[in-house]
Amino acid sequence: MKNSVVWTPITTIETIPLREGRAVQVGDTELAIFRLENRCLTIENKCPHKGGPLCDGILSGATVVCPLHGQRFDLESGMPVLASQPGGVAIFPTRVEDGVILVDLRSLRTAGDVAA
Amino acid sequence: MKQQLVVVGNGMSGVACVEQILKLPHDFEITIFGEETHANYNRILLSLVLAGEKSPEEIIINDIEWYQTHGIRTRLGIRITGIDREKRVVIDEDGGETEYDKLILATGSSAFVPPIAGVEKRNVHVFRTLDDTKALLEKAQPGLKAAVIGGGLLGLEAARGLQMRGCKVTVVHLMETLMERQLDATGGEYLKRKIESLGIRVLLPQQTAALFGNGRVDGLRFASGEELEADLVVIAAGIRPNAELARAAGLEVRRGIIVNDYLETSDPHIFAVGECTEHRGQTFGLVAPLLEQGRVLALTITGHRGRAFEGAAPAAKLKVMGVDIFSAGSIDESEPGVETVRYEDPSLGVYKKLLLKDNRLHGMILVGDIEDEQLYMEWMRNGTDLAPHRRQILFPPRDADPGREVADMADSEVICGCNGVRKSDIIQAIHAHGLTTLAGVKQRTRASTSCGSCTSLCEKVLRAVAPDFQKETRTTLCSCIPFSYEQLRDIIRGQKLKSVEEVLHVYGNRKGCEVCKPALSYMLDMIWCGEHEEDRSARFINDRVHANIQKDGTFSVVPRMRGGVTTPHELRRIADVAEKYNVRMVKVTGSQRIDLLGVQKADLPKVWADLGMPSGQAYTKGVRMVKTCVGTEFCRFGVQDSTRAGIELERRLENLFTPHKVKMGAVGCPRNCAEATVKDIGIVGQEGSWQVVVGGAAGKSVRKADLLITVESTEHALEACELFFQYYRENANYLERTYDFVERLGIEKIRKETVYAPEAEKKKLLDRLARSKALAKDAWLERDAPVHPTQFVQIRPLEVQTT
Repeated sequence: MKNSVVWTPITTIETIPLREGRAVQVGDTELAIFRLENRCLTIENKCPHKGGPLCDGILSGATVVCPLHGQRFDLESGMPVLASQPGGVAIFPTRVEDGVILVDLRSLRTAGDVAA
Repeated sequence: MKQQLVVVGNGMSGVACVEQILKLPHDFEITIFGEETHANYNRILLSLVLAGEKSPEEIIINDIEWYQTHGIRTRLGIRITGIDREKRVVIDEDGGETEYDKLILATGSSAFVPPIAGVEKRNVHVFRTLDDTKALLEKAQPGLKAAVIGGGLLGLEAARGLQMRGCKVTVVHLMETLMERQLDATGGEYLKRKIESLGIRVLLPQQTAALFGNGRVDGLRFASGEELEADLVVIAAGIRPNAELARAAGLEVRRGIIVNDYLETSDPHIFAVGECTEHRGQTFGLVAPLLEQGRVLALTITGHRGRAFEGAAPAAKLKVMGVDIFSAGSIDESEPGVETVRYEDPSLGVYKKLLLKDNRLHGMILVGDIEDEQLYMEWMRNGTDLAPHRRQILFPPRDADPGREVADMADSEVICGCNGVRKSDIIQAIHAHGLTTLAGVKQRTRASTSCGSCTSLCEKVLRAVAPDFQKETRTTLCSCIPFSYEQLRDIIRGQKLKSVEEVLHVYGNRKGCEVCKPALSYMLDMIWCGEHEEDRSARFINDRVHANIQKDGTFSVVPRMRGGVTTPHELRRIADVAEKYNVRMVKVTGSQRIDLLGVQKADLPKVWADLGMPSGQAYTKGVRMVKTCVGTEFCRFGVQDSTRAGIELERRLENLFTPHKVKMGAVGCPRNCAEATVKDIGIVGQEGSWQVVVGGAAGKSVRKADLLITVESTEHALEACELFFQYYRENANYLERTYDFVERLGIEKIRKETVYAPEAEKKKLLDRLARSKALAKDAWLERDAPVHPTQFVQIRPLEVQTT
């Protein structure tokens, strides 16, 4: 059963340069964590178009542009910016506490998902 | 303590300027004084209010809420009667004083009332403000005899409005021609005929000597002695800048308040904008240049002085009583050397007149058919030689059916192959967002944002579908920062801006995107070459990790192999690296180099270290390679040592960034084995000389390079390459290949400004190149000194809870 939020510490804030993203492997999923001016946002690191590494994309505010073919995703909703694009990406609530980036991994899809 | 900004005038220009100021970083507390009691409204639409097509509320631009939201103090219905420049206060009619640190005069203009006896009689009006319009509306009744004095744009609009109200209207004009500032006699005659066909009388030339009537106007008496009965008179004889306040305060004033290119007056604390100004001897009446003034003043006053107001292009596009009129340039045919070409068809109501000087378009008048206005303006702006167009100049050929190609395509057909955008996607976006420009289509659909080969097709779809299609006349970088490349280079230099974030914050939307950020990064690097803060987050992933990203997220590695010459030792190392890192493919490239494909990001620093070779810049907009043949070293036919020259050229330019990639070639004889004539820069050896060629291409476009110069020594050939190279770096738009650049500027201009430039200018170009080169580094050295600890390293999670 998925119940209350569990904030998992992933990394420290200084491992990600401002306005860039970095990939982190968690279980079977690769996350892309982005550092914005005063917060961090996390999405699945896989463009639904052709699997591009979104963590390597250029940011435009809270939008990331896939480095392979320029698909754009809103980091807050995971939705594509253009209606004509196929599908969105999973998002993971993220907050920063004492310089540590904490991610809520409940929406993680793991192969052997044995939920407590 | 916030600075006090006081704006005198609540009209279109003043408020438009305030709107621009609000977009920029500033520390102003803003107070606006308005003599009229209304919020800011669109004066241009007053004629529609008079005609009953819009209500007064519908022409409000900024409602009271807008002022409140932005914390602007508004003092409406208050007239400012003086300025004390010593105390820096403005004084209102009640004697109240308001302090300012900076003062903007946006006092506009007033209707000019000629000195005619009887203008004070009742039912004599001017037509300038919303109150004027409301007063006219109260009087205008069906069947009333109305006379409009003045046959310019404003007078004709007033006449139309009154006619819509059922009045019997006569237009009285002092000159022989209606709208004589825009039209010649024939053009004026066409307009007159059209107006008369709508049931409005036009009397000209007719000078009004007096208005008669007992207290209330009964009619006009002309200088000729004739009379015209009228129950209502509207005077629309032109406008005069409201400059009295400035004059009384001792500012420099002629017809209007004198402003320079930055909208500064003769007092450093006082600025002026709008119809009250006089700039380079010109006063203003049409809105477009005044909005540009507002943009420039906003920059000046917020401490970003730099962009200059260039004055108004004398062009007016008007629709007067349903007749399209376009007038631009000089319409004075008595000017020496001017010849005119004209066409008229009275029953179609079409009149076209083009004024040519030295086979170039100098001015034009178009009445009734202004379809070719854009092409003509393009000709005039560019100074196009019209000799080849002379036979068809009045009817430049148009595509028989420009929409045919678009109509032939199925909705599902892909227009932009790079981004997979279908025709239907573009059409949907046009309708959903009301797009009218290519920039809009690019932003909404991503079509034509990659290779650009579908640009003209996208434009055709727009033209076919969008009701208000607009061809872009000025290339701006992107909608995040709507300035041209040239302006941005000036801004960055002039304002000494040294980071992408700074440029975007001051001049852009603060966010930027994948289009403008890399372009700005390049400009900063080119201008400040190492003295700026490089911001990797503004660069494409390839430039963050110095390798070319592949479809699976791995990278390709191409070491520099100058001139395509390598050694057995180097080849052994390459082979060892390929095996050690499980490189999936080793590929000989078209650039005479070796590509190692499928390398993981985390392995890049180790791969570079093991190779022990510098970066080949195969991943970036920079210097790629010089392809060479074996020249005199081995070849039976070689007449120049192209291998050595090519290696030297590569050494001199390597590690530098460029607007787009630069591929070069050096060949030892005209057999051209290394294809130098389809390279961005090539040198072609001949017996005793080198030909230096530029702007060639053998990619998406195929283009034979243009000859830049022929020189005798290798050193001179290399110098010519360097001159062109630096000139291209400084003047090309980002992502503009040399083949487009050379076509845009023309090889003659390029020769004049590079190889044929005065020695001092050449030296400056070479010095700037040398300065950049001295600071340019082999990017792969970051293997030992990464710019960030996780530049190449994958982050490992601190802990992962699976429950």
